[in-house]
Amino acid sequence: MNDPKRPLPRADEFDTRAFWAGTKDKVFRYQQCNHCQTVIFYPRAHCTGCTESDLEWKDASGRATLYTYSVVRQSYHPFFRNLVPYVVAWVDLEEGPRILTNVVDVADVDQVTIGMPLELTWEEHEELSIPLFKPASS
Amino acid sequence: MTQSRDAAIVGIYEYPLRDVEGRISPLQMKAECAAKALADAGLQWSDVDAIYDAGEGGGMGGLTIAEYFGISPKVIDTTNVGGSSYQFHAAHARRAIQSGKAKVALLTYGSTAHSNARAIGVGGRGGASMHPAENMDAFAGMTLISNYAMVAHRHMHDYGTTSRQLAEISVATRYHAMRNPEAVKAMEDLEFLDIRETTIDDVVNSRMIADPLHLLECCMISDGGGAVVIASAEVAKNCRKAPVWILGSGEATRYPTNGGDITTSAAVMSGPQAFGEAGVTPAEMDIAMIYDSFSITVLALLEDLGFCPKGEGGRWVEGGRLKFDRPGDGPALNTDGGGLSSNHPGMRGIFLLLEATRQLRGESTSQVDGAKLAVAHGNGGMLGSRHAAGTIILGSD
Repeated sequence: MNDPKRPLPRADEFDTRAFWAGTKDKVFRYQQCNHCQTVIFYPRAHCTGCTESDLEWKDASGRATLYTYSVVRQSYHPFFRNLVPYVVAWVDLEEGPRILTNVVDVADVDQVTIGMPLELTWEEHEELSIPLFKPASS
Repeated sequence: MTQSRDAAIVGIYEYPLRDVEGRISPLQMKAECAAKALADAGLQWSDVDAIYDAGEGGGMGGLTIAEYFGISPKVIDTTNVGGSSYQFHAAHARRAIQSGKAKVALLTYGSTAHSNARAIGVGGRGGASMHPAENMDAFAGMTLISNYAMVAHRHMHDYGTTSRQLAEISVATRYHAMRNPEAVKAMEDLEFLDIRETTIDDVVNSRMIADPLHLLECCMISDGGGAVVIASAEVAKNCRKAPVWILGSGEATRYPTNGGDITTSAAVMSGPQAFGEAGVTPAEMDIAMIYDSFSITVLALLEDLGFCPKGEGGRWVEGGRLKFDRPGDGPALNTDGGGLSSNHPGMRGIFLLLEATRQLRGESTSQVDGAKLAVAHGNGGMLGSRHAAGTIILGSD
């Protein structure tokens, strides 16, 4: 069997490689500037809020809220077309980062609503893990 | 405020076919459109001293397009901001002409997206990339339409906007398309089913592609091209057609921010720049050529351009007020049939300038009587993530 695979990020991309390295241990890392407190996400080597760029990596709790979503019912991608209907979403982590991801582990896509509490769940791959979100357990 | 009338659109041409069946290349389409737009203006290749090119013809546009056309420009601008490139080009051409650096600017576009069977309107996706943002996004399987659908969902959540309200945009656009023989032929050639004026029920009962957007809220995937010639006031005096003045321009980008508002687009920055420079208000517009990649695109852009307050777009578009034969109710929307029902070869911005010009010349197939002012607003990239906005205000004498 040669199953189509989810498109995975490049682990060697300069700005985001530290984030993806963290996912290997199922840690969701984000950056905050010690000088101006700006939360930077997606990851970069510079602060977008000030020119001091005193960035520190922090670990997110995984608690999050659904900002917005769509249920994809048509895709031509060899992997995603077998997944329809699936939920694509912008998700707000409690600490500030907003990430494009999937909401998974829902019995029925109609149960997904904007504002619902979510929690981080990981999809394991050989070199890294993919951060997905599921409805919060309590 | 005194309007500056330094630069005008003096020549236009829109390629008539939406399915060239692979017989010609995008470059050939660009050259044919350029020649016909120059002829429309009564100008020659040798009059062109400024070239604007988004590079869609391949090669390095700035290096190769002048040679291909056989011209020697002294202003070369290869700005590519997706579908809004041509609003940026028009703004830059006006500034080059105002500064005295150029007299005749040529903008061209050609695409065989349909022939190439590229999925633009429904189910399309981006390719792999080493840009860090792409490296964060690619795993999620976000199709192009789901990107816009996420804007629509949040808009519905925040403001109570409904699918029936969004459908007004598709219905008005098709109403205009049915009056444009090239749009009707486009729908025939692209094998649309049941080509006719649509109702709100038709739209909301069409197949869901990515919730909450239905099939009839998505643009088509066509071939297509066009050209625009912009000239100084001095050159415009001797052109064949009445000038359509560029009165104001605005440029902006917007991108996802932590905690940001996805329902608001870069038009909130580009719109006020353009209207302010032109010294006019949205309420004065006869024509609104607004990039209609999807229904939600138009709704958000109308709000952000100031036609109504943020969040009230759904109620504002109700009752068919966007149709060309309702002039007392505000501007007519996308009177050529738009990307939804006339053409969308990938970067639609040039067609917004073409139809706005036809309206201000009195040449549209859905002509608004006495149209004097138009806004052409291009949105490039993706509304629900990183995008560019170009606003151009046009006026006739």
